[in-house]
Amino acid sequence: MPDVQSMVAEFVNKLRKRKIEGSQATAKCTVELLRSVISHQRVPHANQAAALIDAVKAVGQQLVAANPVELAVGNVVRRVLHIIREEDLSLTTAAMAGLDLLDASDDDDIDNCKGIGYPAMSAAVVAAAARSTLRPPSLQTLLEGTPESATVPYTSSSGADSESKSKSADKSSLTRKLKHDVIEGVNQLIQEISGCHEQIAEQAIEHIHQNEVILTLGSSRTVLEFLCAAKEKKRSFRVFVAEGAPRYQGHLLAKELVARGLQTTVITDSAVFAMISRVNMVIIGAHAVMANGGVIGPVGVNMAALAAKKHAVPFVVLAGSHKLCPLYPHNPEVLLNELRSPSELLDFGEFSDCLDFGAGSGSLQVVNPTFDYVPPNLVSLFITDTGGHNPSYMYRLIADYYSADDLVM
Amino acid sequence: MGAQKKKDAARVPEGLSRQRLQAIVIADSFNTRFRPLTLERPKVLLPLVNIPMIDYTLAWLESAGIDEIFVFCCAHSLQLIDHLKKSQWCSLVRTIVSHKSTSVGDALRYIYEQQHTETSQIQGDFVLVSGDTVSNMPLAELIREHRERKKRDEKAIMTMVIKKQCSRLRLGSDQLFVAVDPVTKQLLYYNEGGEVCLDKSLVLDTSVLVCNDVKDCYIDICSPEVLSLFEDNFDYQHLRRHFVKGLLVDDIMGYKIFTHEVHSSCYAARIDNLRSYDTVSKDIIQRWTYPYVPDISFSGNHPLKLGRRGMYRASDAVQSRSADIGASTVIGYGTRIGNGGKIFNSVIGNGCSIGSNVVIQGSYIWNNVTIEDGCEIRNAVVCDGVKIRAGAVLQPGVVLSFNVVVGRDFVVPAYSKVSLLQQAIKDDSDEELEYAYSSRGTADLLSGVNNLQMESKASELGPDGAGYIWEVFDSSHDEEWWKHSIVPIPMEKLADITQVTDDGDIEDESVVPPRGELKSDNDSISTDANDPNDDDYGYFQREVRETFLRAVEEDNNVDHVTPLINSLRFSYNMASADCAGAIFYSMMRLAVDSPHNSTSELYRNATSIINKSKGLLGFYVKQIDEQIEVIMKFEEMCEETAELVPLFAQIVHFLYDKDVVQEDAILRWGEEKAGADESDKVYLNQCEAFIQWLKEASEEEEDEEDS
Repeated sequence: MPDVQSMVAEFVNKLRKRKIEGSQATAKCTVELLRSVISHQRVPHANQAAALIDAVKAVGQQLVAANPVELAVGNVVRRVLHIIREEDLSLTTAAMAGLDLLDASDDDDIDNCKGIGYPAMSAAVVAAAARSTLRPPSLQTLLEGTPESATVPYTSSSGADSESKSKSADKSSLTRKLKHDVIEGVNQLIQEISGCHEQIAEQAIEHIHQNEVILTLGSSRTVLEFLCAAKEKKRSFRVFVAEGAPRYQGHLLAKELVARGLQTTVITDSAVFAMISRVNMVIIGAHAVMANGGVIGPVGVNMAALAAKKHAVPFVVLAGSHKLCPLYPHNPEVLLNELRSPSELLDFGEFSDCLDFGAGSGSLQVVNPTFDYVPPNLVSLFITDTGGHNPSYMYRLIADYYSADDLVM
Repeated sequence: MGAQKKKDAARVPEGLSRQRLQAIVIADSFNTRFRPLTLERPKVLLPLVNIPMIDYTLAWLESAGIDEIFVFCCAHSLQLIDHLKKSQWCSLVRTIVSHKSTSVGDALRYIYEQQHTETSQIQGDFVLVSGDTVSNMPLAELIREHRERKKRDEKAIMTMVIKKQCSRLRLGSDQLFVAVDPVTKQLLYYNEGGEVCLDKSLVLDTSVLVCNDVKDCYIDICSPEVLSLFEDNFDYQHLRRHFVKGLLVDDIMGYKIFTHEVHSSCYAARIDNLRSYDTVSKDIIQRWTYPYVPDISFSGNHPLKLGRRGMYRASDAVQSRSADIGASTVIGYGTRIGNGGKIFNSVIGNGCSIGSNVVIQGSYIWNNVTIEDGCEIRNAVVCDGVKIRAGAVLQPGVVLSFNVVVGRDFVVPAYSKVSLLQQAIKDDSDEELEYAYSSRGTADLLSGVNNLQMESKASELGPDGAGYIWEVFDSSHDEEWWKHSIVPIPMEKLADITQVTDDGDIEDESVVPPRGELKSDNDSISTDANDPNDDDYGYFQREVRETFLRAVEEDNNVDHVTPLINSLRFSYNMASADCAGAIFYSMMRLAVDSPHNSTSELYRNATSIINKSKGLLGFYVKQIDEQIEVIMKFEEMCEETAELVPLFAQIVHFLYDKDVVQEDAILRWGEEKAGADESDKVYLNQCEAFIQWLKEASEEEEDEEDS
């Protein structure tokens, strides 16, 4: 356990110092850390799901606080919480199905109990549904009819009256099973995150056509893989890369693209509007996708999106599922941007004179935001690892991945 | 579990293969620039934008990959150790305490000595910084470079970080001149402040880069030899003034220093005085030090929230709606701000309470400060626990130390420093050190405070105030007070400086400046060579005279004085005739200066002095030429001092009697003068009779011999 704690501390430290960059790397590190947290967590007999959830939440809070701008951390923590809840749910339903069979053959007491229990539960379902604006009760949930909040008291009460012997045996196996299942689920998530590039790239052929001109901005691994996948399928097309000032990551992307044999042109960010009329499609990688379908991307993206809108060029956003954030951008608690060092813009030595000299003279201020927000109405299409989606569908997609109880950690 | 263990096992050999990186942080400034604040708290714990300075240094070192940090504590070591224990770096940091050290040199010597007692101390190359460094530069590359160079060249023991910077005024530091070999980056010359005096070879060698637009970041990568060098040269105190200069000038064992110019995208600065405190604070607020900025929790601090216009605000700060909080302002946790306040460009700490209609501009208010209604604070530093009563005004440049109370409606004059502790008596500042007070202990401090509260009527800060206003006593720094204060430099001073720099503008061009600008050693000698004697002889004569007077006063005999005068003679490169002249001059001066009423008395004085020290004079007048010189000197003197004119012949006669001047010399002098102008002949005429007598005497002698 101290081992896990030191790992957590180390990761928190890295996040704080902004040493890990890129949402995929961060997401992957986060899941791996959470997996070891779960595997080291001792689970009590009763209420094991809650224990796991508490442990993950505690770590998750630290991680999110360490770098609130990196939304992928929060997303992944919520995903893991969701996995725990889901696994717990499926286990209890399985157990309940077993119980139901027993009940049918056995006594009426349980039937009565169920008679009282079910209406109460359905009330809870409705309440939960009403509480969550995000997630309307899906058909499956309604059919299965056991939200997790109601499940635990139910199992314990049913266990209390009826077969205590079989229950204890059942429970220990259940414990082991839950943890095992959760780790399985987390492993799947890891695979999903590391495989998201390929998943997205597979769809490239459907979107990029012969002799098209594609514009992109900044550097994104997903975009790189996407374009290369199309190239491998013998599509020939040209790519314009806006350099993405002030960090000029576009230069790196262009270098990589040329190395992979694509026709590449580098333009300045300010030339985007001039070039957009020759462009058939804008493809960018997102930093995060908000629940309303808005996109957080590298600075300058909004400008490209507006240009695309003006010229009716499709604006396509590539995002792995770990980038889907269940939060809304108008929430003041959500930190969407970060101001980096002005030294990326200006040479400190040269400008040190006009920075703060004398209160009387005007002083120079430099603002260097990292991200840009693109409102959903400017986005034509999201391509995630599950396929292409409309911006208006994002909330639904997000509801599949996250549990409404975890939105506020 | 198994997988975890494997991972750990895999990590260990990797750690061993790589040399551990170590750093020494000197957590004491060894100067008094931050007094009176440093009397109560070590400088490195002073809050810089609400976070202790040393946290910036440690956070940077940690993220630069340093594995072990030695913090050297001197003044207030307990406070510092306490802080480090509570911080998140306690596993990384080891403290070394020595109260006896009075300089960086002492500190490094102490560390070197400790090295032998404790086993695992400095093992290889280490980073040497002071605990007030704010930087975000990566070190790994730099250390690698240093190590590779060390491998190639055993003598490359130090790499110094420099940074391009236009204006030295920003940080209030002195002008820095360096000469660097552009290819090898070897440091050839280093001069901070003071007169620039380059070696001629450097100036003429066009391949050398001489520049004055850099600043020294005081970040050094040192090899272990540096420690032993400090041990060997026990008089080294200051790292730059003594150590670097020593290596460059005295060429100790051929050791070399190299420089590394840090990339312009990195930030590095050292807080040396209040001006740099102000500048660096502003740089932090402007985010040049990213990621060490207030809205990122880099040292376990509570991050502030960054709002519009560069305003950092704690989530629980309470602010009246009518308060006007301007750009680039930081407001800490638990701080309350009343109605109608105006706060610009300032940093306000945690737990402060600020009344209504308060104006705060360009100031640094630390923690738990109470400012009552209607106060006005401009460009001031206000420490923890200060109370400023209603209507008080702090004029620009004021520094209020801990727990000072400023009375109602009191106006604290500009640039004053106020503390609860009384200023030390002026002359105990034998060494200007923080620790002088720390040893006194808190009991003393407390009693001081109590006294103050009792006699608060007599306080210097208004009837209900508490605190002593310190005088600026250091006259040598007097002209620099504006340079090191947090107040923006006054316009007229700025004009002065820009004028000066305009004059020397050519120097700014970082290439070799034209020769006229820099005085090289050889040049200065060659220009002086035209008129070497005039001045030098004057000095020489004065020195001889002083020596002589001293000798007379102390009644020294000849044996003691001659070596002194000989040494003067050699140091001024004079002939023995010059000595004779100078000594005779001194003797006659003494005679003239000693009290006398008549010429006869003067004559008596002169003769007695000549009598007394004829041995000394005789030592230098063994040759005829020297004797003639004495007579000529006497002539010169008579021109200056009319009193001596009537005595000329008598004294020459006396000198002859006493065998100081020989007959031949006088005759020769007579012959020389015979051809001179009439005006010059005054003295010759006086001596006419004497010379005549001499001639006759000699003839008689010859006659006698003949017969």
